[in-house]
Amino acid sequence: MENLEQLVQDGLKAVEGSDSLQALDQIRVEYLGKKGVITQQAKTLGKLSAEERPAAGQKINEAKGQVEQAINARRAELEKAAIEARLASESIDVTLPGRGQDLGGLHPVTRTLQRIEEIFSRAGYSVEQGPEIEDDYHNFEALNIPGHHPARAMHDTFYFNPGTLLRTHTSPVQIRTMEAGKPPFRMICPGRVYRCDSDMTHTPMFHQVEGLLVEKDVSFADLKSTVEEFLRVFFERDLEVRFRPSYFPFTEPSAEVDIEWGREADGSIKWLEVMGCGMVHPKVFDYCGIDAEEYRGFAFGLGVERLAMLRYGVNDLRMFFENDLRFLRQFR
Amino acid sequence: MKFSEQWLREWVNPNIGSQELMDQITMAGLEVDGFEPVAGEFTGVVVGEVQSVEPHPDADKLRVCQVHDGRETVQVVCGAPNVRQGLKVPFAVVGAVLPGNFKIKKAKLRGQPSQGMLCSESELALSDNHDGLMELPGDAPVGQDMADYLKLNDITIDVDLTPNRSDCLSIKGIAREVGVLNSIQVSEPDIQPVPAAHSEVPEIRVEAPEGCPRYLGRILRNVDLQAASPLWMQERLRRSGIRSIDAAVDVTNYVMLELGQPLHAFDREEIQGGIVVRMAKPQEKLVLLDGQEVELTEDTLVIADHEKPVAIAGVMGGEHSGVSAKTRDLVLEAAYFDPITLAGKARHYGLHTDASHRFERGVDYKLAREAMERATQLLMDIVGGEPGEIVEVASKENLPSDRVVDLREQRLADVLGLAIDRTTVEEILTRLGMPVEKLLKDGWRISVPSFRPDITIEEDLIEEVGRIFGYNNLPVTEPTGSLGLRAREEAKRPVSAIRNYFVDQGYQEAVTYSFVDPAVQKLVDPERNGIALANPISADLSVMRTTLWSGLLKTVAYNQNRQQPRIRLFETGLRFEQNDQRIDQQPMLAGVVVGNQYPENWVNGRRTADFFDVKGELEGLFRLLGIEIQFVASQHPALHPGQTAELMRDGEHVGWLGTLHPQVQKNLELNGTILMFELFLNSIVTGYVPNFKEISKFPEVRRDLAIIIGADVAFSDVERVARKHAGDRLTALRAFDVYEGESLGEGNRSLALSLFWQHPERTLNEDEVHSLFTGVIDALKEELGATLRS
Repeated sequence: MENLEQLVQDGLKAVEGSDSLQALDQIRVEYLGKKGVITQQAKTLGKLSAEERPAAGQKINEAKGQVEQAINARRAELEKAAIEARLASESIDVTLPGRGQDLGGLHPVTRTLQRIEEIFSRAGYSVEQGPEIEDDYHNFEALNIPGHHPARAMHDTFYFNPGTLLRTHTSPVQIRTMEAGKPPFRMICPGRVYRCDSDMTHTPMFHQVEGLLVEKDVSFADLKSTVEEFLRVFFERDLEVRFRPSYFPFTEPSAEVDIEWGREADGSIKWLEVMGCGMVHPKVFDYCGIDAEEYRGFAFGLGVERLAMLRYGVNDLRMFFENDLRFLRQFR
Repeated sequence: MKFSEQWLREWVNPNIGSQELMDQITMAGLEVDGFEPVAGEFTGVVVGEVQSVEPHPDADKLRVCQVHDGRETVQVVCGAPNVRQGLKVPFAVVGAVLPGNFKIKKAKLRGQPSQGMLCSESELALSDNHDGLMELPGDAPVGQDMADYLKLNDITIDVDLTPNRSDCLSIKGIAREVGVLNSIQVSEPDIQPVPAAHSEVPEIRVEAPEGCPRYLGRILRNVDLQAASPLWMQERLRRSGIRSIDAAVDVTNYVMLELGQPLHAFDREEIQGGIVVRMAKPQEKLVLLDGQEVELTEDTLVIADHEKPVAIAGVMGGEHSGVSAKTRDLVLEAAYFDPITLAGKARHYGLHTDASHRFERGVDYKLAREAMERATQLLMDIVGGEPGEIVEVASKENLPSDRVVDLREQRLADVLGLAIDRTTVEEILTRLGMPVEKLLKDGWRISVPSFRPDITIEEDLIEEVGRIFGYNNLPVTEPTGSLGLRAREEAKRPVSAIRNYFVDQGYQEAVTYSFVDPAVQKLVDPERNGIALANPISADLSVMRTTLWSGLLKTVAYNQNRQQPRIRLFETGLRFEQNDQRIDQQPMLAGVVVGNQYPENWVNGRRTADFFDVKGELEGLFRLLGIEIQFVASQHPALHPGQTAELMRDGEHVGWLGTLHPQVQKNLELNGTILMFELFLNSIVTGYVPNFKEISKFPEVRRDLAIIIGADVAFSDVERVARKHAGDRLTALRAFDVYEGESLGEGNRSLALSLFWQHPERTLNEDEVHSLFTGVIDALKEELGATLRS
């Protein structure tokens, strides 16, 4: 049995000297495999007496256990070293920029329109569309602007022929919506409008949002809250709003809406005109076949570029339609 | 309309400052556009008297004057042509400071000492008139401070009136508003009929009473038009933005500003026979006061004599019949012209006058006589003369009739959202000149004055009460009403989802004009004619786009010219097409891509975007929308003939994808390979509502094959044939390699495909898969001439 002791010593030495998992496995086979040198020692048990056998067997098992333990320990060591080596080789510069597609962006007018649509949709307003090439009837006549009306001069209209034009406002969509449906109505109409005017502060195309609410019982006081709340929600500020009497042929009473926008040198509020609004004119209801005694309504209209300029601090209206990428990329 | 605050305060003088006054009228609906002082800021200028004028010994154009400033007489060298002995002028004494911080010091001009300066109007910033010294009336008190003498502590207020408020185009009208707003009395000048001094009257014939329901004329004999208008009148006109011409013109303008009635004065000598108010005859011509000759159209109302037109009614007088310094007898005109007849006439002749502005908006139809009396009196005060009787021709059936409008108390409260007490309502309306004619059971019968043509229905009265009460004093309440739910189609995706998809794919949204350059459109869509605007803003924005590409390609050029090589843009919007008599307005989605597919990066980041990049992005969109689209090789005049796909959905054309034709690209001066697509939005937004299918528990089988096939055989044909023979259990077919090379022989390419089969209820056995697979291979060989690649 002295031989066994020697075998264990040799095995442990071999395990310690192994430098790969492969070599270690070789050693395991050599010592502990079916034909391994320590396993083979069991054959010598037959030569021993029945009294000696259990002790000898135990010795062999202990020897096997000793070598096996060493192998397992060495394997763990080698595996750990292998993982560390792999990790070292796989390390990257995490500060290099990522790859892939860049993000584009919505046009600031669309961004503003979507915001307005969202605000009104939440209050139950539908979003309606209408044609941009309009007829004189819907753009003017049905809005109580007959041919000789001086208000026509306020609209520099693009014409195709005397009866066909580019809509000068989104108000004709009011008419089309009321013609097509039955009251009550609660809608907004965003869209492109056109005026034959081009300078520092005018572009021949711009965007408006028209709003209309028709119910049996609605008043100027309701219009006031709708407009005030919209402006405060839109600008996310508790700003001052005032209503100034004005004139639109399709509303009566009519008002222009000013918001607080900074202060004058003397500390008084600096007012900025942002919207027009009013109670739907009974003649407009007549044109749409709605009984003005039964229903009342309010309407409002706002310029989208103007709100976008105020909201985002854009200082030149014309930039909206130049589509310079360096401008557009600022509105992701 | 511009007016002097001082003048207004002579009519109505509330105890508030200028700013508060302006805020008040703005908030009543007469928007103050701005204001400015009536003169520049200056000190040390007094009324001076020129006592003597001697020639300058060393300068032809200068004179040496002795000027009295009220305390002493000093020597002043002056170059003005109108300096003369006895003249009273504004005199800036030594130490005076003129507008622009110009200090007056002792000086020597060509050797002669000069102490102070005689001033023109422009030097005091009263006007831009610098033709000569400002001549003051003979009774101007020498030594008085000029600012006091001219009452220059005044501002000109500019109100931007809405077209319905013609009643406020006068001091009288604005004073009425201010009176209502402050609940104070308005004092009007005392206007009395001027008794006739002779029996000569103008002969007046109104042949067009619809256009001219009322016409008044009066002869004023033996006037002296050499006499200048008084300084106070000139000043008021100046502060209202009107230049003084002569006494006759000044008085008509003055009365127009004061009362709102435009007037005209003719030289009686130039009126042949009598006055005829009629429509113009064909080809009639008239030289106007501004010197331009116009050919009149037959829908123009004119004032004529028995031979020729002498004025365009309500717009402008003729040059020939106008008054001059030599005029001895005047014919004064005051009329009511019908606004609809006059609408647009001034503009037709390229004119816009104070008279036409008022008549088009509606002048008080009862005002003419009062204005005529006022003008007669003022004229006689200045130029003397003998007035005759007023001749009035009126057509009752054509004059607006006196109106009453009923106002219901309940309606007023319903519309404004507040019940305003009865006495307040009555007081507001009465002060506005709209007295209660009769109390009704449920409200008031209001009599509408002749100066408010805009008040025709109940809502007009409601607005009047509301605006005077103050919109900002009305309550704020939340609307109530129906809360019914609206239909929402699930299969239809909102356009915002499509926009967001492109944003995620790195596209920037553009918004381009709907009207485009016809030359660009001709290049990108030569087969369609854009609808042309009759009055475009410029030639390059003159036709409606038939494709969004016109605007997007211009945007590419704009950005390429600004060092932007990588451009990915999309736009949604209408395109316009004329189909017979109908105009078709279709919402489109279009995009352009040029430059690198990805932003430049440190691995493989400089690959130029190609057809398949954009196709892949569109396929992603179609998956998002839940629709099947076929890409069919096709031709489009603006696209590369070998790189054009027509997009079809269930056999219907839905759009195009392709590479811009190199020739078109060159003509548009664009760089790089430009990929473009355009789709009909309405054809793609509706997909499907998901419908669950059982997930198979059984394994999927994959088989790969590689074939060599003619390069002209489309992949779509290979796919079609393969699918036809692959049986019902085929779940997917993919191309995983495409290769063209010399080794394959000219005109050939190699295609590698993988096919996937799966059965929902059992495992497919080897034999059935093998038989389907070989069936596919055989069909590709037989139908498309493919060979298996070894």
